[in-house]
Amino acid sequence: MAIVKLQRPKLNFGEKIYFGALIKGFFLTMTHAVKTLLGKSVGAESLASSGLGVTMQFPEQRWDEHLPDYYRGAPTLVTDEQGRERCVSCQLCEFICPPKAIKIKPSEIPSDDPWAKVEKRPLEFDIDMIRCIYCGMCEEVCPEQAIYLRKDYLITGLKRADMVHDKKKLYEIGGTRVGLVNKWNELK
Amino acid sequence: MPDLLFQIAIIITKIVVLTFIVVLPLVPLSVYFERRFSAVIQDRVGPNRVGIPLTLFGFKKDFHLFGLIQPIADGLKLFLKEDFTPDHVRKAFYWMAPALTVVPALITVCVIPFGSPISIFGHEEKLLIADLDIGPLFIFSVASLSVYGITLAGWSSNSKFPFIGGVRSTAQMISYEIALGLSIVPVLMFYGDLNLSNIVQRQADHGWLLLPLWQNGRLGIPDLNTILFWFPAAIAFLIFTISIFAETNRMPFDLPECETELVGGYHTEYSSMKFAMFFMGEYAAMVIGSALIITLFFGGWSIGFGLDAWVSGLHIKEFYFGGLIHLGCFMTKLIVFILFFILVRWTVPRFRYDQLMKLGWVVFFEAALINVFLGALVISAPYLEKTIIGVGAVLLVILTLAVIWVAKVSEDTPKVLRA
Repeated sequence: MAIVKLQRPKLNFGEKIYFGALIKGFFLTMTHAVKTLLGKSVGAESLASSGLGVTMQFPEQRWDEHLPDYYRGAPTLVTDEQGRERCVSCQLCEFICPPKAIKIKPSEIPSDDPWAKVEKRPLEFDIDMIRCIYCGMCEEVCPEQAIYLRKDYLITGLKRADMVHDKKKLYEIGGTRVGLVNKWNELK
Repeated sequence: MPDLLFQIAIIITKIVVLTFIVVLPLVPLSVYFERRFSAVIQDRVGPNRVGIPLTLFGFKKDFHLFGLIQPIADGLKLFLKEDFTPDHVRKAFYWMAPALTVVPALITVCVIPFGSPISIFGHEEKLLIADLDIGPLFIFSVASLSVYGITLAGWSSNSKFPFIGGVRSTAQMISYEIALGLSIVPVLMFYGDLNLSNIVQRQADHGWLLLPLWQNGRLGIPDLNTILFWFPAAIAFLIFTISIFAETNRMPFDLPECETELVGGYHTEYSSMKFAMFFMGEYAAMVIGSALIITLFFGGWSIGFGLDAWVSGLHIKEFYFGGLIHLGCFMTKLIVFILFFILVRWTVPRFRYDQLMKLGWVVFFEAALINVFLGALVISAPYLEKTIIGVGAVLLVILTLAVIWVAKVSEDTPKVLRA
């Protein structure tokens, strides 16, 4: 490779004295300071700032209403309009899950159940939120549109057991979801 | 005997009050200011939460107090942390170094005049610990000892980055001590006094050195000589302030600890309270440096505008409390200057090491030297004949040009001897 000789830029007298640049710098920083105190920093509006700089002060102010539709929060299970749990415990999500956060224990649906022809539903469905990386692969792989990533992002707990979402909790967060494909519904 | 005991009691009270109640709280306060001000400069919020946690005791709301309690929380954390001494250090020096950086900074407090004298029942007491006749010299001699702490810390840590930090600190101290001392020579010549409390008293009577707009309690334009001396004083102020930055290892010159190059510099191997001591030493040095700048150039405790004599005369019966107002004025100026230090830290990027050395040896040393001659010429002008002043001015110009030429020549790249 050829050697490239870089020429340092020639500075004129004013630049060599350096004080002009210093004073310019003071003006720059002080403008930022004043703008921050007035809540007029660049981007303060679009970032929904607290009135001090561009920062949103978390527990009191939240980003919730600004979350995009594609936001990937906690994975949850959903029920459909008839109140049927959509999961058929095929365990595809359990297999695809990269950090192995999902654990499913399948069970059969008894024959006297109105949805007996679905054959299976999960007995236990645990998602370990300590392991979950919110990648959304479970949602992508689910053939039954049963698992969705919702916008919940504040998953906290005081012990490890708190961080494992069991079936009840998953349905509680997920709730009902309407307008999905109803392949098990004879009425449609 | 009771008289002596009384004297000792007064001295101890002054030490405790001025050092531990007036100056030391400024250290956590300036840490707080540093964090908040830097946050504001960078469009952030900064620490604004730590306050009085009333919700812990069942109340509805916390008092945040703008996060003013944050430094106390930080200090508490540093106290409770494990004080870890690595295996490979030279123990005695490793333990001694933090103390060696804090102690000199706090000793120098004793010659700073904090306010005009207070008098109670006819007993007058100056608001400074030791009324030394060699004020600035004492500060220079003691403050420069703090470099031993840094150097010893770097050496005794027995690892590479701290060592480089320590060596840099030594070189930096040597380069800037000269400019620091030389720069205030014209100022001291102007005052004809080295006693800081006299210097401040004079500024209260005749106007601050950089703002000489009043004489004996009346606003007005000063005489020609004082106006002319404003120029050497301004140059002295510039050099002195920048040298104080270098002396206290503040941002544009914080090469001993620069995080980007040396991890943490001389305090890489330190933790817990020992690290906090370095931190405290740095901020205490900053406080003292600002105090010295204020005392020499901005009238110390003087309120200015010819109000000082009136303030000193305020009294409730036998208690002349004007000194306390002056103390408040001094602290206000001090905080303004600390904020200036912080502003500089977050504005000016760090100098390269060779730039630092060049600035110290080639620019400031010569500039301070020329400034001594300029100041001397201005001060002595009223007593000299016109021809002698003219000759002096011509000599000064020649000297200046010569110095600039030398500085320019030193910038040229040396010729390659062998092809």
